[in-house]
Amino acid sequence: MKTSVFLGSVRLKNPVLAASGTFGYAEEFKDLVKLDALGAILTKTITLKPCKGNPPPRIVETPSGMLNSIGLENDGVKNFIAEKLPYLKKLKTQTIVSIAGDSTEDYAELAKRLNDAGVSALELNLSCPNIKVLKSQSIKESKLISQNAKATYEVVKAVRKSTKVAIIAKLTPNVTDISLIAQAAEDAGADSVSLVNTFLAMSIDVNTRRPRLGNITGGLSGPAIKPIALRMVWETAKAVKIPVIGIGGIMAADDALEFIIAGATAVEVGTANFINPRAGIEIIDGIKDYMRKNKIKDIKELVGSLKTWQN
Amino acid sequence: MLCVKVKIISNKKISQKYFKIGLEAPAIAKEALPGQFIMARLNNGYEPLLRRPFSIHRVKGQGLRVKGEIEILYEVVGEGTEILSQKKYGEYLDIIGPLGKGFDYPLPLTPYPLLVAGGMGVAPLVFLAEEIKKCQSVKVSKCQTLVLIGARTENQILCEKEFKNLGYNVKIATDDGSHGFKGRVTELLEKHLRSTKHEARSTIYACGPKPMLKEVAKISFEHKIPAQISLEEYMACGIGACLGCAVETKSGYQRVCREGPVFDTKELLL
Ligand SMILES: Cc1cc2nc3c(=O)[nH]c(=O)nc-3n(C[C@H](O)[C@H](O)[C@H](O)COP(=O)(O)OP(=O)(O)OC[C@H]3O[C@@H](n4cnc5c(N)ncnc54)[C@H](O)[C@@H]3O)c2cc1C
Ligand SMILES: Cc1cc2nc3c(=O)[nH]c(=O)nc-3n(C[C@H](O)[C@H](O)[C@H](O)COP(=O)(O)O)c2cc1C
Ligand code: FES
Repeated sequence: MKTSVFLGSVRLKNPVLAASGTFGYAEEFKDLVKLDALGAILTKTITLKPCKGNPPPRIVETPSGMLNSIGLENDGVKNFIAEKLPYLKKLKTQTIVSIAGDSTEDYAELAKRLNDAGVSALELNLSCPNIKVLKSQSIKESKLISQNAKATYEVVKAVRKSTKVAIIAKLTPNVTDISLIAQAAEDAGADSVSLVNTFLAMSIDVNTRRPRLGNITGGLSGPAIKPIALRMVWETAKAVKIPVIGIGGIMAADDALEFIIAGATAVEVGTANFINPRAGIEIIDGIKDYMRKNKIKDIKELVGSLKTWQN
Repeated sequence: MLCVKVKIISNKKISQKYFKIGLEAPAIAKEALPGQFIMARLNNGYEPLLRRPFSIHRVKGQGLRVKGEIEILYEVVGEGTEILSQKKYGEYLDIIGPLGKGFDYPLPLTPYPLLVAGGMGVAPLVFLAEEIKKCQSVKVSKCQTLVLIGARTENQILCEKEFKNLGYNVKIATDDGSHGFKGRVTELLEKHLRSTKHEARSTIYACGPKPMLKEVAKISFEHKIPAQISLEEYMACGIGACLGCAVETKSGYQRVCREGPVFDTKELLL
């Protein structure tokens, strides 16, 4: 039975990854999870300079989901390479570093430094404010990079030019047609796209009439977003030739299988890690059980195997 | 730190909305330190979705009849704690723990611990009081512990007996004066500090609602004595991974679940 998949040049032993921002730098989970069994581990998003993050409260629970407004808190790439990367490198699983910046130059610089530090795959978190990305300032309407196809293209292109690492472009779902953004990433040379990041959302305490998050708005994740994320992955998988990584509310093997059948080559598990640290491992086992039961020899047979009402 | 399903060996209502649950958790009982907490998954479904943090209230070590237990003292305030209150003997609870950094109590240096609890804040202080007692009999004979408990009204005072059984002096403050001093527990603390001759060798250990802890911090600065306070913040992971439980400190944001929940008041920006 074959569960390995490729994301560009990078081979993963199985298609279940830990999502950025929900798995720290892996070491936090070492007592609870057999880290080496995961397909890959995505780090918390790293920026060039240290980033303080948003004021608390930063999380609030909502029906079947949660909002977060962490705000990319991290110690910057230099400290990441010195303090976090050595541990990750010792693991017998792939480490994929998530990066973000507010200009194309930031992304390119981060990619170069991480490439030099021996990282073989990067996920570009393109759900960041689109501050200095667009060269043509005529397009000002989008607030996040991946809300704009051109800005997405420019960032991916800049990273492509500066490194040979495998590039995953991670997209925001806060758009009208996510497949158009995915195509822009593909055209610019991304090896795969991952979707979705969180949905912009908010929650209010009616007693105090204050927002429940210090940042007022935040991102919705968890089971609540799964059906929407699934639809977006399905649409995107039909629109691009590169692998699509499905993310959004994956809690158990059946959720992951839905994404794979819809066209995802791999999946990322996020919020589920908080509720059940072993969620990723249990999902891998569940996928294997499903393959055995259905006599599927290679996970590739499952990818995009959705049956329509006609067949 | 472990993630385990542990057997519920008791779950009793103490008064009103307060409950005490006993869990057979030898591995966690062995590791646990006063001030540390656990994250409990209260439902297998998605409502509520996230685990809930609870302080370790008491630990019973391995013995002839006990296998290593921990106790949680909790108040029913919402959906999760309501579900917890309905769990029965023999059922299992999925918990992660022990978590966080607890109290630091170098008794030879500060042999006059002042335990200050507001409402549910007594929960971790009982564990601390029991550990102080153990150290005391071994290391320092002159140690003298004072416990101050604050509550809104008489029937919300928790654990008075537990502290007294340890032989400690316990003073009560209620907002309505129905028991003990009428007023806030922090006023009681002030009063004590003004009258004691051991101020210089006292340390405050406090847990309770945020306004109370702010007041405790203020008092600790004014009297120039160290204070350790246990903070609460909304938590998603409890293990330092999500950065959701940030609290502002002098060295930037720190995680209540990892660098805390117990902080030295000198480190905080309250
Ligand atoms: C480190 C730590 C230790 C704790 N120890 C104990 C303990 O020993 N005993 C105990 O009874 N409780 C303790 N708590 C608080 C406990 O976690 C909450 O009461 C519980 O999560 C409420 O869950 P619920 O689903 O019943 O209520 P919810 O429906 O989630 O909330 C009910 C109400 O409580 C508020 N609330 C919930 N969680 C928090 C929080 N973390 N901080 C501030 N307000 C909150 C909500 O805003 C809401 O108004 C602790 C919290 C922390 C962070
Ligand atoms: C607390 C928290 C922090 C997150 N931080 C990041 C981050 O730093 N970078 C990123 O690309 N995505 C981040 N995400 C988004 C997740 O990686 C994921 O895309 C999203 O949560 C949807 O998946 P889920 O429903 O499985 O959680 C974060 C999500 C959560 C809940
Ligand atoms: S609760 Fe996740 S870092 Fe503290």
